Amino acid sequence: MGTFHQNKGELHGITVIVDTTGPEIFVGRCDDMDARGIFLHDVDVHRDGDAGRSKEDYVKRASRFGVFKKYDHLMIPRDRIASVRRLGEIG
Amino acid sequence: MPYSELLVRPMREELSSIGVRELRTPDEVDAFLNEKTGTAMLVVNSVCGCAAGMARPGVRLALEGERRPDRVASVFAGQDLDATARARAFIADIPPSSPSIAFFKDGELVYFMPRHRIEGRDAHQVAHDLTQVFAEFCAVPATT
Repeated sequence: MGTFHQNKGELHGITVIVDTTGPEIFVGRCDDMDARGIFLHDVDVHRDGDAGRSKEDYVKRASRFGVFKKYDHLMIPRDRIASVRRLGEIG
Repeated sequence: MPYSELLVRPMREELSSIGVRELRTPDEVDAFLNEKTGTAMLVVNSVCGCAAGMARPGVRLALEGERRPDRVASVFAGQDLDATARARAFIADIPPSSPSIAFFKDGELVYFMPRHRIEGRDAHQVAHDLTQVFAEFCAVPATT
């Protein structure tokens, strides 16, 4: 039993990795995705190479433990999105 | 802001009815997590149906197995705020996540199932992962 949210996409409530066409990669809980972009809650962002970690290094660590959020909410415009993956599907 | 207790009560009872001790205050959390011997599992309960709706039955299924932790407790994120904050302070290196499940052996965190490992899975899959953890860390019950 729990609360459920109608009229949202299949990624609603799912923690996703949003890679961009630029150096940033985001991890957050998807609220919804539409023509404007993807709306995330509790979002962390990593820039490729920061702290000596590539995007994939960052994703591997995030997949083990999750992320500390930097933003409560964020919208990433669609034209900046390169890919959206479920964090839980990263091995 | 916490949800109505009327809404939340069944979610509390889904765990307490199977023997999961609910920790409502920081003192109760301290007493539970400061006991360093044996195995202990702490469930961070949550209202969110997207994941917690699978976490609770997954915990129930896992606890039906032969091996289980010596002690099992829960805190309720978003509801019992002080207790949850205190529990998270014990695993401060781990990003806050709810629902989630932390497993301790002799006071040391040895396994953590964050929310994203629950999302999109069913209760049997959650239980399967927990059962593997129990098999690794929990003793086989003595036969009489």
